[in-house]
Amino acid sequence: MTRPFAFAFVVLVAAGAGAPALHAAAADDAAIVHALNRLTYGPRPGDVERVKAMGLQKWIEMQLAPSRIDDGALTAKLQRLETLTLDSETIQRDYAGPAMAERRKRAAESADRDTRATEGTDKNTRATEGTDRNTRATESTEGSDQKANRMMRDPMNDVQRKGRQVISDIEEAKLLRAVYSERQLEEVLVDFWFNHFNVFAGKGATRNYVSEYEREAIRPYVLGNFRDMLGATAKSPAMLFYLDNWLSSAESAGVRGARMRGAQVPQVQRRSNGINENYARELLELHTLGVDGGYTQGDIVNIAKVFTGWTIQPRQGSGFMFVAARHDRGEKVVLGRTIKAGGVDEGERVLDIVASHPATARHIATKLAMRFVSDNPPAALVDRAAAKFTATRGDLREVLKVILASPEFASADAYRAKVKTPLELVASALRATGADVRTALPLARTLRDMGMPLYFCQPPTGYDETATTWVSAGALVARMNFAVDLSKNAVRGVRVPLSEEQTLAMKIGAPEFQRQ
Amino acid sequence: MSHTSSSPHDHACEPECSSRRIFLRQGGIALLSLGFAPGFVSRIAAESAERRKLLIVVFQRGAVDGLNMVVPFGEADYYRARPTIAIARPGVDGAIDLNGFFGLHPRMSSLKPLWDRRELAIVHATGSHDTTRSHFDAQDYMESATPGVKSTKDGWLNRYLQGSGIGDQGSGATSPLRGVALTRQMPRALQGTAPALAIGSAEDFTVADMSARTSFEELYAAAQQDTALRGTAGEAFDAMKMLAKKTAGQYRPANGASYPRSPFGQAMQEIARLAKSDVGLEIAFTESTQWDHHVNEGAATGQIANRLDDFSRGIAALAQDLGDRMADTVILTMSEFGRAVAENGSRGTDHGHGNAMFVIGGNVRGGQVYGRWPGLAVSDRFEGRDLAVTTDFRDVFGEMVITHLGANSTTAAKVFPGYAIDPRKFRGVLRG
Repeated sequence: MTRPFAFAFVVLVAAGAGAPALHAAAADDAAIVHALNRLTYGPRPGDVERVKAMGLQKWIEMQLAPSRIDDGALTAKLQRLETLTLDSETIQRDYAGPAMAERRKRAAESADRDTRATEGTDKNTRATEGTDRNTRATESTEGSDQKANRMMRDPMNDVQRKGRQVISDIEEAKLLRAVYSERQLEEVLVDFWFNHFNVFAGKGATRNYVSEYEREAIRPYVLGNFRDMLGATAKSPAMLFYLDNWLSSAESAGVRGARMRGAQVPQVQRRSNGINENYARELLELHTLGVDGGYTQGDIVNIAKVFTGWTIQPRQGSGFMFVAARHDRGEKVVLGRTIKAGGVDEGERVLDIVASHPATARHIATKLAMRFVSDNPPAALVDRAAAKFTATRGDLREVLKVILASPEFASADAYRAKVKTPLELVASALRATGADVRTALPLARTLRDMGMPLYFCQPPTGYDETATTWVSAGALVARMNFAVDLSKNAVRGVRVPLSEEQTLAMKIGAPEFQRQ
Repeated sequence: MSHTSSSPHDHACEPECSSRRIFLRQGGIALLSLGFAPGFVSRIAAESAERRKLLIVVFQRGAVDGLNMVVPFGEADYYRARPTIAIARPGVDGAIDLNGFFGLHPRMSSLKPLWDRRELAIVHATGSHDTTRSHFDAQDYMESATPGVKSTKDGWLNRYLQGSGIGDQGSGATSPLRGVALTRQMPRALQGTAPALAIGSAEDFTVADMSARTSFEELYAAAQQDTALRGTAGEAFDAMKMLAKKTAGQYRPANGASYPRSPFGQAMQEIARLAKSDVGLEIAFTESTQWDHHVNEGAATGQIANRLDDFSRGIAALAQDLGDRMADTVILTMSEFGRAVAENGSRGTDHGHGNAMFVIGGNVRGGQVYGRWPGLAVSDRFEGRDLAVTTDFRDVFGEMVITHLGANSTTAAKVFPGYAIDPRKFRGVLRG
């Protein structure tokens, strides 16, 4: 069904009195509201009028070329977040490294105290606080009782605060951008593609790489070429660490691999001795072909072999490096194609193959259509978007244009068909109320309570896009409470202009506002 | 199998059945003057009149390494395949001996008393005939209980709630808290048309501002067009009222139970709280996360040890806290698939196939490991690398649905579409 909803809207209002011109105007408004709902984090007061004055098509074209939109006001707001522009090496050296040293020092001191206090040794504590860095991968969500107690005993000092800042800066930046950026479509797409190539900041050193990852592997490509983004993620320390490929090596390369050690590298073990399939599997299942893309366990093993030796520079603790000594030198067959032994180029070749695979075109087209049109996008639209993906060799701007210009996008079926994710709900509420956000960290906590902690989505799937995930009684109650708190100016760090409290709460908490 | 022919709620509904329904009709009207909606009152009345069976489902997301959880220490191949991460044979830091062949991971000692009291059983080498090693797909298949079929709209627990219990007896008096997930998002297993809740905790589940709450309730009730949000909100407000009435005040675990302070421990405590407040809880669900140990899994200590410690202590605390109620309760644990028999190049394990489930409860024939053990020799493995599956997970689920919850064969057929549930295939983990 591809009835334009403009038409449906006319029918709806035709029941009341009014001149035909008014109906047409109302229909135009609905089309603009729809576009604002989908391409931005929700309309601000006056946005509909602004888009109308400019013309909807012109506004969409502008959003598709974000670099030409002035975003000075946002830049000013981001100024105080000092880690945003730092590379991972600096973050590790000046922020994460000292904080970790401090944590170890404190852990050692307090373990001493615990031992003296309780006589008996507590193996649990020792294991959790052991020297193995990878154990720390789980600390942010795991926290043993002992650890919690210790935190309370010893207040955070500046070094620890700086360690935390790395994550709090990106959380805050994400919210500020969602609310205040003029380049709204770009922000929506950065969220979409980060989620597509999800990494979990709670896994060990990933937290130090996430800022650079979003800035350099995701953001530059969201309206660019898919293969470029795929390549950037494949070589990013964030992805290499999160999906364990940095450890993957040919079976026989263990001893040679030992030379990989360096002072800065988040090292898990002295010897790495064999392949790790984790990245290879998610590359096919999530990043490219999709789970029904027609690959086998054999393809996964061979791709894992192809990517052996793709790792993280040890000295800087950051940056991509190919270590030939750890690379599997055999010939591999991947998706029916023979990959000749050729070092790092094998990986590039595999990325070429999967990026241009028809299943990838379909997978990406489907996901984009789900985000911009509906949870069950019409097959005809997916077909056309996939065809454009293939024809343009993965030009994401062109694929998006097909979707946004489609009758399916403008159909009545698509109007308010999507349930907002918690991030979309919170950001759209702040935009609709013209809120002044002084610090966004309490909002990041709200999102945690709503089941959507920013940068802390653990599985590589990222957050689900569909309504069934986000429509639950608990989530709805959290949304209502947020609406009440916001209207009472009870959300710390946020001021909304004075208005009728109850009316505002009802607007934000209403069923219509949960949709876009 | 006497239960297969009985009506869905025979187990829970003793002689007061006939009189109860009369009370519902009359009592509901009589109490109208107190300001309660009649439907709500009837629900409370219904709950207090009976004591339900309770099924608590724990999902270990991320694919726990079942071979380091329930350790086949009697297998030489186990030690050959895992030079650095195997759990040692019983002894110092070794497996906790269960039967001379299998042992629990040393950090799971809190479950040993349950085994000794024969309230804990294990089904090993269980899983799906589907060969996927995708977390996402395998969780989907296990929670929908339709391996290989992605189009299944609802979860198995929700289908149980749809087809069974007093809800379909015509009174419409289903508790809004009959199926509850202690998770922030609704798990696939409970998604579907039957009312179910996903809540972080009982305490947070309220709109404290009373006038806003009333307005929201009206607003959502009036949202005729939006059936999804309207329905969910209706369930939310019903549940909120019942919780406010039944779970007021601070919760104190009974029998000296001590829950881990972890998210999992807290979720287990919330389940106990709901179970003990008689809100009509029949299906509870929660999850334990971070089992995907591709790197440095650890053995007697390390990552998996810490996770198993949390997992076991959470379960043990819940069993202790529920005390006598464990007679009517079964705790069932599961994970989407197991992990490869051999460790990988990073001292971790990659995705595998068969796994182990725990079944705990007063009516469990405990102290035994169920299922045919396929062995770990390369030739015995699934695709030459993973523990083979010898018990279809649906035969374990089926036993819970039929033998424990008392579903009849019609309901069971609905819960497991496309699969012939046959009690003769059950492992007999529960007393019939």
